[in-house]
Amino acid sequence: MRSLHLLRADGGGFVPPSTNDFNLPPVFGHNAYSTKPILLVFLSVILISVFFLLASRKAAIVPSKLQFAGESIYGFVRNDVARDNIGPDFMRFVPYLFTLFTFVLVNNVFGIVPLLQFPSMSRVSFPYVLAFFTFLVFHSVGIHRHGLLKYLKDIMFMPGVPKAAYILLTPLELATFFFVRPLTLALRLFANMFAGHLLLLVFILGGDHLLKGVIGLKLISPFAFGFGIAMSFFELLVQVLQAYIFTLLTALYIAGAVADEH
Amino acid sequence: MKGTLNLVGYGLSAIGPAIATGMIFAAYINGVARQPEARSVLQPIAFLGFALAEALALFGLVLAFVL
Repeated sequence: MRSLHLLRADGGGFVPPSTNDFNLPPVFGHNAYSTKPILLVFLSVILISVFFLLASRKAAIVPSKLQFAGESIYGFVRNDVARDNIGPDFMRFVPYLFTLFTFVLVNNVFGIVPLLQFPSMSRVSFPYVLAFFTFLVFHSVGIHRHGLLKYLKDIMFMPGVPKAAYILLTPLELATFFFVRPLTLALRLFANMFAGHLLLLVFILGGDHLLKGVIGLKLISPFAFGFGIAMSFFELLVQVLQAYIFTLLTALYIAGAVADEH
Repeated sequence: MKGTLNLVGYGLSAIGPAIATGMIFAAYINGVARQPEARSVLQPIAFLGFALAEALALFGLVLAFVL
């Protein structure tokens, strides 16, 4: 794929974007800790903290515009994600879900913010850490609620199934709870951000390459840029949706762990 | 033209989960359209099923990178 030459307009062929475009060099110094994704994660934490501190600083009965914006995000996570899925004991998990939602959302949207334009979640290590936290949270909640043995028994032997089916069901259920759930949670976010960034790179770099070609190709290049811009808005939809799905699935997994029966 | 067939294989393998996800959400939309108050009951089921169906596509993606 890397040597696929689409166009030979100016002698040098078009080099399509590849996984190498995600290995960014350090912004300053020679250490591996000052790359763009890491700086973006720090920036996101600062942005989120400042925004919600400002939004909740002078809380009033009649909210200001800023307070309204902050409260509607919080209300969305608390009511639509946590309360509707987890049930009566949901308030304990709202801080975690809210942090998760805003953190993933801001880091995703960095993918289309001009000048930044890199979704930090397209580096797989960040989603892995987030999914690991979710893994710890929903298992520890389940163990705390039911006790270790009953929790494992609930996972391994779901009620109302013929005995012989357990030969097939028990390994599948164990794999689902301890392996598939955290892994796919991380990979879903990573894959969507990775593919989205690659898609934008194809259109923007392709349009840039067309500009360097002969006059006929130059005339086509605005369409490539235009499509790149249209795709940026499509990416905004995907980014918000993925942040929502990550939080929603975390809430569903917690709900499954605290429920009396699986 | 050089390249790896892994990506073609991954494209083919993604067809299955794509159809599955489409069917899950079609059923969810159908259910909510017929019985709007069932939305809160159906939503967790739909999303858990979608997560499970998409897991196969995601494992395919990993294997397309690794192999």
